Amino acid sequence: MADITVNTKLIPAKDVPETLLRRAMRRLFRRKSAVLGLAIVAFFIALAIFAPLLSPYDPVAQSWTLVRQPSSASHWFGTDDLGRDILVRVIYGARASLLAGIISVGIALSIGVPLGLAAGYLGGFLDSLIGRMTDAMLACPFLILAIALAAFLGPSLGNAMIAIGVTATPIFVRLTRGQVLAVKMEDYVEAARAVGNPRWRIVFVHILPNIMPALLVQATLSIAAAIIAEAALSFLGLGQQPPEPSWGSMLNSAQRFLVNAPWMAVWPGLAIFVTVLSFNLVGDGLRDALDPREVGRS
Amino acid sequence: MRGIRWAAAAAVYFVLTCGLATAQTTLRIGLAEDPDVLDPTLARTYVGRIVFASFCDKLFDIDQNLNVVPQLALSHSTSADGKTVTIKLRPGVKFHDGEPFNAEAAKFSIDRHTSMTGSFRKPELAAVDHVDVVDPLTINVVLKAPYSPLIAQFTDRAGMMVSPKAAKEAGDKFGLRPVCAGPYKFVERVQQDRIVFEKFTDYWNKDNVHIDRVVFLPIVDSTVRLANLKSGALDLIERVLATDIKSVREDKALKLATALELGYQGLDINVGNGGQAKNPLGQSAKVRQALELAIDRDALNQVVFNGEFKPGNQWVSPENPYYQQAYPVPKRDVAKANTLMKEAGVSTPFDVDFMVPKGAETQAVAEVIQAMAGEIGINMKIRVTEFATSLKQAEQGNYQAYLLAWSGRTDPDGNTYIFFKCNAPQNSMGYCNADVDKLLDEARVPSELVARKAIYEKLTKTILEDVPKIYLYHRRILIAHTTKLDGYKQMPDGLVRVVGLSLK
Amino acid sequence: MLNLLGKRLLQLIPTLFFVSVIIFSLQQLLPGDPALIMAGEERDPAVIEQIRHQYHLDRPIPVQYLYWVKGVLSGNLGESMRIHVPVLDLILQKLPVTIQLGSMAIVIALVIGISAGIISAIKKNTIWDYAANAFALWGISTPNFWLGIMLIFLFSVKLGWLPASGYVPLTEDWRASLASTIMPAFVLGNAIAAILMRHTRSAMLQVLESDYVRTARAKGLYERTVILKHAMRNALTPVITLGALEFGTLLSGAVLTEQIFTIPGFGKLIIDAVFNRDYAVVQGVVLVTATVYIVLNLLADIAYVLVNPRLRT
Repeated sequence: MADITVNTKLIPAKDVPETLLRRAMRRLFRRKSAVLGLAIVAFFIALAIFAPLLSPYDPVAQSWTLVRQPSSASHWFGTDDLGRDILVRVIYGARASLLAGIISVGIALSIGVPLGLAAGYLGGFLDSLIGRMTDAMLACPFLILAIALAAFLGPSLGNAMIAIGVTATPIFVRLTRGQVLAVKMEDYVEAARAVGNPRWRIVFVHILPNIMPALLVQATLSIAAAIIAEAALSFLGLGQQPPEPSWGSMLNSAQRFLVNAPWMAVWPGLAIFVTVLSFNLVGDGLRDALDPREVGRS
Repeated sequence: MRGIRWAAAAAVYFVLTCGLATAQTTLRIGLAEDPDVLDPTLARTYVGRIVFASFCDKLFDIDQNLNVVPQLALSHSTSADGKTVTIKLRPGVKFHDGEPFNAEAAKFSIDRHTSMTGSFRKPELAAVDHVDVVDPLTINVVLKAPYSPLIAQFTDRAGMMVSPKAAKEAGDKFGLRPVCAGPYKFVERVQQDRIVFEKFTDYWNKDNVHIDRVVFLPIVDSTVRLANLKSGALDLIERVLATDIKSVREDKALKLATALELGYQGLDINVGNGGQAKNPLGQSAKVRQALELAIDRDALNQVVFNGEFKPGNQWVSPENPYYQQAYPVPKRDVAKANTLMKEAGVSTPFDVDFMVPKGAETQAVAEVIQAMAGEIGINMKIRVTEFATSLKQAEQGNYQAYLLAWSGRTDPDGNTYIFFKCNAPQNSMGYCNADVDKLLDEARVPSELVARKAIYEKLTKTILEDVPKIYLYHRRILIAHTTKLDGYKQMPDGLVRVVGLSLK
Repeated sequence: MLNLLGKRLLQLIPTLFFVSVIIFSLQQLLPGDPALIMAGEERDPAVIEQIRHQYHLDRPIPVQYLYWVKGVLSGNLGESMRIHVPVLDLILQKLPVTIQLGSMAIVIALVIGISAGIISAIKKNTIWDYAANAFALWGISTPNFWLGIMLIFLFSVKLGWLPASGYVPLTEDWRASLASTIMPAFVLGNAIAAILMRHTRSAMLQVLESDYVRTARAKGLYERTVILKHAMRNALTPVITLGALEFGTLLSGAVLTEQIFTIPGFGKLIIDAVFNRDYAVVQGVVLVTATVYIVLNLLADIAYVLVNPRLRT
């Protein structure tokens, strides 16, 4: 998984006049690669949502006479080893892959952020404990952890998402903790404490919203990594179960036919590449746009 | 001056060894997995047997028609009561370490198989009571009960002979430097990388061994294995995919060697193992018969394997001498299947938990079966499971249908007994039929084919009616090799026999 | 300073303890019974019982854990159930392979990542920026197994330039050795290149706008000299250290890559052991690699503090 720690301090959103936020968005849109990335991500999300409307064929309908056909007028991407239309399977596969990406990161956020908040704000023994456990998880090869979890939970797309989400959690714990530590000593937090706010209120109302930008950046980048992780798990048979398609399981079936029917591997691979690259570009663009060094300039 | 003499000596040495080196022929074989331990008593993988075939000779071997032929033993005879098997051994045989092969060594090897801690050969030789040495070249294997499949067991790992001296010294570490009596002897092994053997100059059949070295290289990915063969990095590969056959045949530098396998690929149905058996498929033989009729074996073979494999409906392939001609492979009959479903009185559609071990082709097969079963109202819900997990789940009865393969044994007993006997280790279907048990034991007594086949006919009838297993097809052993390799013939047991081969 | 070092060393212990617990429990979590898998095709119950007893599988899990830890502390990492070879021997056997592959991957990553990062920072928001960006990001945007398969298809099957699989040790034939490892090293290095690019870019941007670079520019020095001498030296030190730390990511990527290219390194060892439920091998290898990773991190932290006195508080 991508290892990224954002070291710079981000200016708290509520202190920033609205024009600054709009400036950030403007800067995001000025960076053309991020715009392209955003457009592609939106395209794939639309593809996933409107899949049934866009598909001329049923993604699981086998056609034993049309096995492994190359691109043709009726099958733009060709057919796979059981005669199913590849274009339609790529479109439906977007659902599995995007869902896997978003839900895994959702799980990682919902477990990782609270733990990071607790570790960062409360400190002490709890911080050390969480810190050591996080270090330990990060020291183990991510794929092995994910495989073990997915195998334990049982092979299915849902369980693969849980497995990826859990193994992605340490990154968010570390990031959140780092951000909390950076923000903890800020004036407005001190002020909130002086006024007598209870701890939970300080954390959730004052601290959390201001570390959102960093979390958003990491979340975007982690979605990219999660989509790849889903592909790896499906490749090993631990993700999406047949006959429903996911880009990773399509690559798995395509492996045997590299020489005979290379189009089976090319299209899902390309789909993964384009989608993941787009998420990465958006994430990088967001990081640039929210960088406080830029805030002063325009 | 000394320097020049040194240089000259080095040059001569260099030239000599270079000369020798270039004259050496090496056969490089690509395996589909890394074998486990190279100890015939402790080994358990199919791929390991391929490696054993080149360095560890057995008492007997088989020929292309599954007849037993001599290897380290010359002949065998069974006593009238069927409980004593006399085996005459080949004279003048040496082990790789120079020790002689004789009755003492044979007894030692068999005892090792039956009694060593962790031996996997125990179930194969469970019928053996003890071994007597009659004279230096004859042993008597005394059985607890008549067991005609014994000789067939001696054509496999249970019949492999190890050097008593080396085995006693190494104990259970024998597999790290095995010493047997085969055409090649062990040189070195780098785990997951290669296993190297070189010609054994004192081999009893050394006139037929023409290649100097054999190297086994495990390459898991079948595409990569084939790519290596095509590029000349390998000379022979096993487990070519059915869908790559065309590519091999089109390549002028390659040749395909095939044989129909001894085993089968089929569908286990949970009929009595725990709660999962309580579903329409597990409860009603009619529903199972309907499922069998709904499957179009020919279409399956065509779609997934390009028609290269052979549909089957019994535990032996249609080309096997034990195949019952009275019960041929049925053609798909959806109408009859639907009638049977109605007769069974089940409400359709209903779901079936379909466990499928992870594998390149198994998944495709499962998906085709799913489509076919769907047409008569059976919803097979595919669950691709890792092989290790599937074993445990099968044992616990945690499935309703299970797609699995059996590599097969030369004796039909090996394809039936442990699957159909009540509570037998491979009987994860929970099938239990007292008549079947009786037939299974009866078939072990006579030693001639005709008598045994008659008993197996009754067994076939019952199994085809009860349908605890649906046999689907038989794979072809697919070996591809370079045309530079001469003299290679494929046997149905899938092993790569290296005697008689030569490399141009 | 010594205080910091001492504190960090002390932290090693609970971390390693957690690593051992995580990897041990994950093995136990894996469904399937190793005895069943080891028992061969016939799966005779008596044989299964034997295996269970021999490897303490019939004892409760905490007891098994203690057996293992006891072994580890006395230098015995256990034995592979599948091939009866001590885990330590397996690790030592594969170490040269992994080191070779890993070093090549990191070198490739440094070359690609740093150059892309520099270009991207200097030519910010131009087409060069995007191109360098996309090229480096390519590495984490493709599944490494797919990239590996495509490379094999192109360079081995179609062009025949490189061997499709297998490993030749460096000592045997250095040319063949490089040929057999260049593709998998590229696949592995690609992924890390992206991370290095990001950090290089970020560090370069920071440095390029810093006061002393502005001063250097103001002094009238040529742009190139400014960049090469002042900016890079300061930006690259942390990045290179980061490169060495990405060893952890390497192993994760190696798991599938070594499978595809049939390189007998740690990755292949682990994945085969996981699927064969060869507990001791997985536990031993992960423990060793995790320890190395944690120690490397510690050394890097110390290096940072040494280099940057401001961080010492």
